Amino acid sequence: MNYSSLAIPRLSDFLFGVCPRPLTLKNGLVIGGGQVYPEINFTLDSMIITAESMPQVHEQYTQMITGVCDRAVELHAPGLVVEFELLPDLTLVPEWGAEVTKILRATLDETEAKHGLKTGLRVTPNDIREFARPPLMRQGRYVADMFRSFELCAEAGADMLAIESTGGKEIHDEAILNGDLPMSVFALGVLGSRDMGYLWERITEISKRYGVVPSGDSACGFANTAMVLAEQHFIPRVWAAVIRVLTVARSLVAFEHGAVGPNKDCAYEGPYIKAITGYPIALEGAEASVAHLSPIGNIAKAVPDLWSNESVQNVKLLGAMAPTVSVEQLIYATRLMNVASARGLTEAGMLRDWWVESDSHLDPQAYVLRPDVVLKISEEIIAESTPYKRTRRSAFAALEVLRQANASGELNLSKMENRWLERLTRAAESLPEDEDEFIAGILPQVNREKIALSEYGL
Amino acid sequence: MIIDDIKQAVIEGDATEVKKLVALALEQQVSAEEILKSGMISGMGEVGRLFEEGEYFVPEMLIAARAMQGGLSILRPALVEQDVKSAGKVVLGTVKGDLHDIGKNLVGMMLEGAGFQIVDLGTDVSPEKFIEAIREHQPDIVGMSALLTTTMPNMDKTIKAFNEAGVRQNVKVMVGGAPVTKKYAGEIGADGFAPDANQATAEAKKLLVG
Repeated sequence: MNYSSLAIPRLSDFLFGVCPRPLTLKNGLVIGGGQVYPEINFTLDSMIITAESMPQVHEQYTQMITGVCDRAVELHAPGLVVEFELLPDLTLVPEWGAEVTKILRATLDETEAKHGLKTGLRVTPNDIREFARPPLMRQGRYVADMFRSFELCAEAGADMLAIESTGGKEIHDEAILNGDLPMSVFALGVLGSRDMGYLWERITEISKRYGVVPSGDSACGFANTAMVLAEQHFIPRVWAAVIRVLTVARSLVAFEHGAVGPNKDCAYEGPYIKAITGYPIALEGAEASVAHLSPIGNIAKAVPDLWSNESVQNVKLLGAMAPTVSVEQLIYATRLMNVASARGLTEAGMLRDWWVESDSHLDPQAYVLRPDVVLKISEEIIAESTPYKRTRRSAFAALEVLRQANASGELNLSKMENRWLERLTRAAESLPEDEDEFIAGILPQVNREKIALSEYGL
Repeated sequence: MIIDDIKQAVIEGDATEVKKLVALALEQQVSAEEILKSGMISGMGEVGRLFEEGEYFVPEMLIAARAMQGGLSILRPALVEQDVKSAGKVVLGTVKGDLHDIGKNLVGMMLEGAGFQIVDLGTDVSPEKFIEAIREHQPDIVGMSALLTTTMPNMDKTIKAFNEAGVRQNVKVMVGGAPVTKKYAGEIGADGFAPDANQATAEAKKLLVG
């Protein structure tokens, strides 16, 4: 499947809770069919995971899922999705991840049977290929264990499978810190995209075999790393905004190889994926402040089908344990969205626009998530035919949009940010149209100690 | 004056100019220590100030750091010959089970700019590997980083392993990373804590004075 036109071409149809290709889970929960559901993610408090500590791990997950389900029932949530994002140790020993999956599945099933609450379980194994340095992307025990983790978790009761894959990250971290746009394009448009093709053919095959949903893949390790560094004033915000858009073509590859959504919550490139593919997406924002700061807390609420908290650790707060508190916040946020949707398209559009307006002029990272901007840039991206060309076009389109917004006063960029906008524009102009020419030009600059290029067919 | 020119070239990140000026200064019999401290480290200090004030981002700092490295490549033989000591030696690593390295790399870059010598062990560093590095490199400070709540306890394990191996008293231990707090650093017996890369240099200097 190669996308060449937008699934959602009109701004009036680009809303939260609805999409052209909604997804129905086995129990009948429809994602993207009119309602936005909370998607809660939680993690362990400080502890070391070993064979000996696994009983405590089980105990903590049991406590977290029980608290979350009870609160969801109490607050009349219309549906609930739980994401279990495995910790590295739980993927390195695939049986451990599957054990926790079973615990979560059992409590969700029990809640559904007892209270009629429709639930879904998304399981996200870790990309543990990074444990080999340089990472071996297609061979070795980490690759084998990672795929086995997908299989065992699917068998143990996952409804949906996802990943935050890291192909190309070996060189992308430095590209972010160096403000190196061509290297970022190489990492995402060439390396990451090639890796996504390899990975998602296999994840889709596993999903089919076990009757689960191949959901999506977040560019978290790329664009969210940049977002966090921008928040710490380590890199310019315009650079983080451009990287966000550069990730779109890479994340789209998953959908061209069988992913059907809902795309991952931390994938802020999700609105682009929804506009292009029509599949549902999860997103996170204001309620994800339990995990990290972001300048896009409200605008991220514009078009999601699942609304998430990113992740919260199992610590005691005054109200309850943190995962329980967090799901309550998500339920109230989605309740408002669903009331607006029930009133009609005009009301839903109004709520969407208020969220957009409240963030978009304050930060270029928010600006590139404006639904109208997403549609405009998405159209340009899919006018190109390959991930490299699409990533290159993303750079041009994002920079042009930011320049125009700054010139019109919709964004008010500082002198420093302006200097970087010019610098990135010059760097983008140096990108050749031909992929082979681009690769030949950039390879001499790649640090071969950090990356095994042969793993990417280079 | 040539020292001011070296400083300015570091601030501007002009590696070619720094190398040329360092060679010229050596020819003019300026001491290696003065070139290093009053020229290059002072230049990096100004870069740090510009960063603190929001005038520079990390990419500009990295360019300046590379310019300093260029100058050091010319200056190093003279530093050895004139027995000029570094500000201190720091072994850095992200603890076992943790693959995050950006924060650690930034700490390394900032310490290097302040004249520290860095030995970077990378990520997923076991206690044994840290101990081996202490024995081999004899650092003044060991810096440990962690980004996950499930890997942070490995800092405690590593410090305990230092005690058991009898190397704890040889080094100061500094910790940092998203889930790490000053309180936790105290609980596990670390000597220092830096909440972010910006403050790591000041903390390292403080540890060596104290």
